[in-house]
Order: sequence, then structure tokens, then C-alpha cells
Amino acid sequence: MMSKLELKEDKIMEVQFVGDDDVLNHILDREGESLKNGSAADGGNKVYSFQNRKHSEKMAKLASELANTPRKNVSFGLKNDPEIMINIPQCSKEHSASDKVQLKKSDKSELLSAAPSGLRKRLIGPRSQSDSESEYSASNSEDDDGVAQECEEDTDEVTMSQKSPSQNKAMSAPVCKETPSKKMKRDKTSDLVEEYFEAHSSSKVLTSDRTLQKLKRAKLDQQTLRNLLGKVSPSFSAELKQLNQQYEQLFHKWMLQLRLGFNIVLYGLGSKRDLLERFRTSVLQDSIHVVINGFFPGISVKSILNSVTEEVLDHMGTFRSALDQLDWIVNKFKEDSSLELFLLIHNLDSQMLRGDKSQQIIGQLSSLRNIYLIASIDHLNAPLMWDHAKQSLYNWLWYETTTYSPYTEETSYENSLLVKQSGSLPLSSLIHVLRSLTPNARGIFRLLIKYQLDNQDNPSYIGFSFQDFYQQCREAFLVNSDLTLRAQLTEFRDHKLLRTKKGTDGVEYLLIPVDSGTLREFLEKEEEES
Amino acid sequence: MATSSVSKGCFVFKPNFKKRKISVPVGDYFNKGKNESEDGKLRFETYQLIWQQMKSETEQLQEELNKNLFSSLIEFLQKSCSGFQKNSRDWGCQIKLREIPTAALILGVNVTDHDLTFRSLTEALQNNVTPYVVTLQAKDCPDIKHFLQKLASQLMGCCVDEDSKEGNIQVAQKKTHCSMDSLSSWYMNVTQKTDPKMPRKKRTSSSQWQSPPVVLILKDMESFTTKVLQDFIIISSQHLHEFPLILIFGIATSPIIIHRLLPHAVSSLLCIELFQSLSCKEHLTTVLDKLLLTTQFPFKLSEKVLQILTNIFLYHDFSIQNFIKGLQLSLLEHFYSQPLSVLCCNLPEAKRRINFLSDNQCENIRRLPSFRRYVEKQASEKQVALLTDDRSLKEETQSLLENLHVYHSNYFLVLRCLHQFTSSLPKYPLGRQIRELYCTCLEKNIWDSEEYVSALQLLREYLLPPETQPLHEVVYFSAAHTLREHLNAAPRIALHTALNNPYYYLKNEALKSEEGCIPNVAPDICIAYKLHLECSRLINLVDWSEAFATVVTAAEKMDASSVTSEERNEIIHARFIRAVSELELLGFIKPTKQKTDHVARLTWGGC
Repeated sequence: MMSKLELKEDKIMEVQFVGDDDVLNHILDREGESLKNGSAADGGNKVYSFQNRKHSEKMAKLASELANTPRKNVSFGLKNDPEIMINIPQCSKEHSASDKVQLKKSDKSELLSAAPSGLRKRLIGPRSQSDSESEYSASNSEDDDGVAQECEEDTDEVTMSQKSPSQNKAMSAPVCKETPSKKMKRDKTSDLVEEYFEAHSSSKVLTSDRTLQKLKRAKLDQQTLRNLLGKVSPSFSAELKQLNQQYEQLFHKWMLQLRLGFNIVLYGLGSKRDLLERFRTSVLQDSIHVVINGFFPGISVKSILNSVTEEVLDHMGTFRSALDQLDWIVNKFKEDSSLELFLLIHNLDSQMLRGDKSQQIIGQLSSLRNIYLIASIDHLNAPLMWDHAKQSLYNWLWYETTTYSPYTEETSYENSLLVKQSGSLPLSSLIHVLRSLTPNARGIFRLLIKYQLDNQDNPSYIGFSFQDFYQQCREAFLVNSDLTLRAQLTEFRDHKLLRTKKGTDGVEYLLIPVDSGTLREFLEKEEEES
Repeated sequence: MATSSVSKGCFVFKPNFKKRKISVPVGDYFNKGKNESEDGKLRFETYQLIWQQMKSETEQLQEELNKNLFSSLIEFLQKSCSGFQKNSRDWGCQIKLREIPTAALILGVNVTDHDLTFRSLTEALQNNVTPYVVTLQAKDCPDIKHFLQKLASQLMGCCVDEDSKEGNIQVAQKKTHCSMDSLSSWYMNVTQKTDPKMPRKKRTSSSQWQSPPVVLILKDMESFTTKVLQDFIIISSQHLHEFPLILIFGIATSPIIIHRLLPHAVSSLLCIELFQSLSCKEHLTTVLDKLLLTTQFPFKLSEKVLQILTNIFLYHDFSIQNFIKGLQLSLLEHFYSQPLSVLCCNLPEAKRRINFLSDNQCENIRRLPSFRRYVEKQASEKQVALLTDDRSLKEETQSLLENLHVYHSNYFLVLRCLHQFTSSLPKYPLGRQIRELYCTCLEKNIWDSEEYVSALQLLREYLLPPETQPLHEVVYFSAAHTLREHLNAAPRIALHTALNNPYYYLKNEALKSEEGCIPNVAPDICIAYKLHLECSRLINLVDWSEAFATVVTAAEKMDASSVTSEERNEIIHARFIRAVSELELLGFIKPTKQKTDHVARLTWGGC
């Protein structure tokens, strides 16, 4: 085997039927190559390598390094840190045999240095340090501290006992008669596995306890955020423009390929919305097309199918199920071959569309000869949505369109951590819904709002009990029986203006799931008008 | 923008003059942005012609390959049918009558190719056995109700050919209520009714039985819920005497799955026979043989391209359909990007076309590397003539194309011979499959390889790599990277590169950096990403935000800024928020409740 290896050293790229490990390496390698640039060639290894246990101070350290040496390249921890060295899979195939031997040597010494005692120290070290800084603690908001402590100790012991045999193995390596490459691989994997479990064994992660509140930085709302970002002057606009122009030249090719039965999927960093929009305005003006915002939180396959049947095909009937509707559309398009439809889907991988059924239905639509699909994906795991069957339905051609454009529209609906729910949307819908109700119903709702606002500072308030509420409504001549009140409440519930909850005493409690600021604003508006 | 709204996510655009329904001819898109003197129209027509020929060739091929399988299947079905017909009192037959004849069809993991097989199988069965052939897929049958509905509607669809309107109404009514009883009574009705009508229809051999069986194909047996399968089998075995059912299971994995899905009590109701389809590797070999290792089609693939396509096949999906897709894309790319592909057609036609080549195209010929190498080897007068005179160039091109043609016909002949010689040698020094040998020959001089036996030196001059031939660019597609990019993309690597090394995309000197480093002027998302790589499972937002601010402020210090520091801090905070939400959208982090103001990392390792 060795002699063969040596012979073929310079062209290991050829197809050979080998074990799973090698197949995996092979695939990773392939993908790395797909970028013409040399620096990205080993991307595969990095992307899929294991993560290290890292310390929280590192980020600050790195930031200061970056900041202190402006316009200069700072090498990141990855290179300097000996611990991390172990983790980077050194399976690159270009190494010659002699290289491999060397690697093996260094690898062994690293293994020894990562002995269990050292590991324990590493685990404990940062904590004792952090005590003095007093800002660091483990994440423990939900689980019992004592139990977690015990758990951690247990796992520590487990890692220890796991560790020692592997260490023995490493020491006895020279005696072992396996070929060096094989040997190394085994050590490597066991090492990686241990690293993984080491990092995942403890339920605690050391991070600082600081919160945004302490920082006195209030959450911004969507509008303020937009205003602030508007003041940022975009950098690298010339280069970005150049990138975009490069993609725009592909528009006609895309049209050609769409018409020839392929579908097109765009991927890469940055919002592809503007690009697709330019595609739409420049080449689709004369064709029937549907734009679908996958990032819109209310989107569903049903609404896509509805817009095809109702607006494109002018069909007024209803369907029993999405599958029936799909069948109907498929038949329509098969019958009339002059019918043509372009579907543009922004974020085909969005939360709402990534489900198996949705993808199946969209895939089936796209497989029709006279429906053309061009879509964008952003999530890093998006391709996992498609098994072979779906991929063949979609018949994708992939195009990389890295734009670096901000995902402004795509993230604007998102309930981001740092963005305050602005409240303007619920307010307008609140007004809208209540205007359509009878005066009595509005009265009932106002009663509930007032009661909730009166109790807003009471932390143990869980809602208005149904009986008390009924009593008050009766007194205000708003209802005459609890049945009418219940009917009214059902309507509120349908509009998502009401939530009911059974308390521990079995009594039903009513709550409006809208924040008090919005409610107060609503009451003020109501009073102004009346 | 017209396509953004807070109340809806779908926007339909219909052009005003929809009645006119003009659609731009596909060819126009092919020619957009192309030089008119480069025969765009002709190239597109040639592409379409060759693609149509290749496509029908593969379809025919598939049919032939399936022939054996289908004929044994049909034989099995006919045998089981005759079991239904015999109203024998024989005890063995009585037992058999309770067993549903079942053909388990092992098709292999290349599920994407199964559709075609089933389509032609259905056709073959309808022509030879019975008009009642129904195909069901697991995704249409979440429960037994849908199962029976689908079965009924398809079955009733089978018999309504001309008087379809009446039938459709019937189907619509039946859809609401379906049971095995209604199915069998429908079956009785239909078989009795069609008897007198029989001569009217062309149902040839199917008329040899009074009551043709109902064949139900379950395309993807593994995906059906066990409950649905079991219920259906039990129910239908009870009705077998009035509803002669035959099952065909499409199986992608192994026959053991039948016993894993069905308990003994149920599987004992089936009389199973196994059928094995042709292995997909053999299929690939025949496809290559008929499409590429032949002079019938002028279009050829370079070694790299062929490697990529076979690698996708062997390492990813075993799908012939995908292989053909790759071939189609190669063909399209070739005609799209190579102006001289206009000469990639049969020899007489190519010779004719040479006469009409424009000046521009003549220049294109002169620019071909292989042609330049050829010219350099000529005598100096001839060189001058070839480089300056279009007519002598065209004459020379004709003879060169002819040579190329001869080269190919010899090439494939000799290749086959060599394969015959070597394919049975121990250890297969030159590969077991002809495609392996072909790839080696495409790549380099085969006789330079160690494995090559000196006794075969005679073959030498015929197996020269195509790059040695002048004008090979006309028929060889060699842009392997485009193919890989569009067929076998790696989106995650693209993300990784964009975040780690912005200079790769944005060619600005300020962004230039060594591997593993990032300049502090990089786009916000890159900086936030780099910082988050330093954290373990949880990230404190405050720490992250401060680190981000440190970096960004340092970068901004360079430009004189007029805004106040408070406002600048706010802007930086806003930029941080944007970067964090974008990383969330991309799937790198998610909110967590484990600790206040923390996010959880979702990736593991360098990315």
C-alpha cells in the first residue's frame, strides 16, 4: 500500500473506492476547490472543524488588538494558540510522505501536552480568575445550581477516564504496526471527539453577567434603527457596484436557462432582494410573474397557491386542501402550454417556507415546464431542506451572488433581540379590528383594557377572572347573559386580541396580549375621537 | 418598493396586454449581448437539435435497458392473473386466493431516476396486461382515507377516456366517500359493461381476460406509513375475490424492508416475488457509451468535466437523470460561450458552414490555441496564408475538421479495443470501466503511464489526447469550474469566504489581508462574525457590542468625523444591531433564554 501511495503522490485526486472517511475528505476537498481563489481552498476543513473551548475574555482581547493596530492585519488566536493547533484537521492531501511523518511527531507531542491534569486546570483556571473580576459566572438561570455543579464534576471524571486510555495509545504508538497515516487519523478522530464532548459536557458556559440594562442602552425601535443606519455612509460602494454589475450581466443567461427547464437559486452573503428586483424590472416586465417575500412572517404555501389560483388564473372557487389546489394548478398549466409564469421567491429558506411540505409543493410547482422559479437562499444550512427527490424537482442551477448588501427588509420583521417591538403595527391593527365591531363589543373590550392597565404594576396579576368581568359587563349594560359575553370573547380570541388561561383555582382568566403602552395609546386615541 | 408590504407577502404582476400573450422566443435570450457576426442564432438551433437527439437517445436507451425487467414482470403478472381466472376448487388455489400477488421491484437508491422507470412500466403494463394501472406515492397518502380516495380517483380516471366529462363528475362525487366495497362494486360494473364495447377500443391483449386485474404501484414503498400499508393490505385481501389486485412495490433499499414494515400476519397475505433492476453504474456506462464514446454526436467533454460529472454521480446521488442534466448544462454552456461551436455539428454540415463564416469568426479560429500551435509548425508561406487570407484559412479548417473527425472515429475504436484487452487483466491496471480508461486517455498519453503494457504500442497514434488536435476547442467543452459551480455548489463555503476574507469579493486594497486576519475597516458583519468566533456556546451581547464598538471606533478614527460622540456611539450601536440580526438570519446565532442578554452560537468550529 505504501509503495502505491508514493507512486501516486502527485495525483491523489483520482477516483478510488475507499472507506467513508476518505470519501468525506474527498468531498470536503472538492468543495474547497470550488472557489477558484487559493486562499479559500482549505475552507472545507475550517468550516467543518470542531470548536474549541474558548474563554470569554478573548473577544475583548481580540477587539483591542484589532483596534490598536488600525489598518494593520492582526493575526487571530487560531494561529498562536497551541491548543487550537490540535484541532485543525491536517488532512490536506498535498502533504508528502515525509511531511506526514513530521506532522505525526508534532501531533504526538501536542497530545501529551493535552494531558488530563492540564485539561482540568484549564477548566478551573478561568473561574478562579474571574472571581476577582466578579463579573463572570456560569449560565444557570434555570437549572439548580447544586445539581449542575455535581453534574459537571461527574463529566469531568468521565472525560478523565476517557482521556487516559487514548493517551496510552498515543504513547505506545511506535510499537503499533499500523501505517503512519492510519494511526494518525485514529488519534486525530479520538482527539476531536474528546474535544467535542469536553466542550459540551458541562452545562455551564462562562460568560460575563453584564446586561444591556446595566449599560443603559435602551432597545431601539425599528424606525430609530433605520434612521440611525441611514446616517452611515456606505463603504466600498465602488467595489459593491462592480460586484452587482457582474451579476446583472447574467440576467439574460438566467432567462435562457429558466426557459430551457432549469430553475435558478442564488446564494452567498448579502441581501439578494435588490438584485432580484432589478432582474424583475429589467427582464420580466412583459411576463406574468409573482414575487414572494419568504421573509414575510405571514407567508405560507397556501398564500402562494392562492395568489396563483386567484390572481394569476382568475379562479374564484375554494379548495379542500393544498394538495387539491396544487393538482388543479398543475392540470391548468399542463392543459394550456401557452400559459407561462415566473416565480420570484426571496428567501426560499425562510422560517415559514422551509418545512418539508412547503418545499415539496413549491418544488412540484417549479418542476412544471411552464413555471419558472428563481429564488434566493441565505441560511447556512439551507441546502439541507432538499433531499434528492426534491432537488430533482427543483432542477437547480446554483449561482453565487455575494452582494454584501444589508438585509434591511429581511430582518425588519424579525423579533430581534435588540430591537424593541415598535407597537405601531399592533396599534393600527387594534384600531382596525375594533372599528369593525359593535359599540357594545367595543365597550366590553375597553373595560378589559382599563382593568388591565389598572393592574399593570401588579406582578402577580394573571388576568381578569371571567365571573368578575361578566359582573362588570352586566353592570355597564353591555351584555345580558354570560352566553353573549362568551360569544363576544370568542371573536376577540379569533383576532388574537385575547388570551384565556385557567388559574390554579380553576377559574378562567382573561388577558390582552398587547403591551400596556400600546393599550394606553389606544385608549387615548379612542377618547380623542369620541 | 412595490414588492414590500406589512400585510402581504405575495405580489402578482400581470402585464396590461395579457391578451396578446407575446412571449419572447428563447433564442433571443441566447443572443442578447452577443456579437451578431458570431452565428448566435445558428448556434442555438444546433444546441437544440443536438440536445433533442441526445435526450431521445437516452430515453430509448432506458427503454431498452428496462426491457428484460419489464418482460419478466409482465410474465409474473400474467401468471398471477391466470390464478384469478381459474375458478378451481383446488385447495391450493383457495389458499392462494387470499394472497395478493406482489412484485417487489428493487430499484436502487437513485430515487430520482425511478419516475421514468415507472412511467414506462405503466405504459408497458397498460399495453400488455390491463388498462387498470394506478401509481401511488407516499406523500399523497398520509392515511387510509386519502389512500383509497387517490386509488379510486385514478382508477376511475383510467376507464374514462372519451366520455371524460361524465366521468369527472362521477369522480368528484365518489371522492367524498370511498371504501373497498364501493371500489369492488365499481369494478364489477365496469368489467361487465366494457365487455360488449370491447371491439371499439384498441385494448389489444388486455382483452384476453374477462376481468383484467387492477395493478397498484407503490412508488416509494419505504416512505409509506406502516399503518396505512397494513390496513390496506388486510382490507384488500378480504376483497380479493371480487377485486383482483396485484401490487408492485418500488424499493430503493433492500427487500428486508418489506418485513420490517409489515408484521408477519400481514406479509403472509402477500405472495411476493423479487425483481432486480439494472444497476445504475451499468446504466451510466451505457449512457456514456451511446452519447460520448461515439462519433454520432459531435459534442465532447474534456477530462475534467467528465470527472466532475462522474464524481457527482458516484459520490453524491447515483442519479442518471442528474448526469444527463449536467450533460445538458455542458452542452448549453459550450454553445453559449464558444463562438466556434457553430462548427460542432455533423461533418458535411460543418464543412458547409465554414464557407459562411464571418471575418470575425475567422479571427476566432486564428485565436484558438490549438490552431496557433498548428500554424507554428507550418512552413512560413503557409503561415502567412493562414494568418492573412480567409479563403485559405477556410480550406484549411475544412481539412482540419475532417482530420478531427477521423481522429475521433479511430480513437473510439481503438479505445474499445484497448479496453477489451485490459479490462480482464488481474487488478484492472487501466480500470474496470471503459469510462475510467477514457478519462485517462483524455488526460494524457496513455503509454506514458506505468500501467501501460509495451506490447500495445501499436495503438499509440490513435489515442493521442484531444488537446493535441487542432480545432479541438470546437467540439470539446472544458470549463469544468462553471459546471461544478452551478451543479454542485457549496453555499456554506461561499458564506465562510465572504465573512472571513472580504477581499476575495471586494477588491479594495484596504481589505487585503493575510489568511486568518481581517482588517478593521471590513464590513460590519465580517467584524461581528470574527468576534463571535472567539466565543463558546453562549455570547454576552454587551461584551460583543463593546468589542464591536472598539474595533469600529478605531477604524473610524482615521476619517475626520463631524458628528458628536454620543450620536456616533448610537450609530455604532445600530450597526451592531444590524450585524447581529443578519447573523441570526444567516443561522449563526439564535436568541436563548439560558441567560439574560445572551445569544447561542449555532455553529461549531471555524465557521
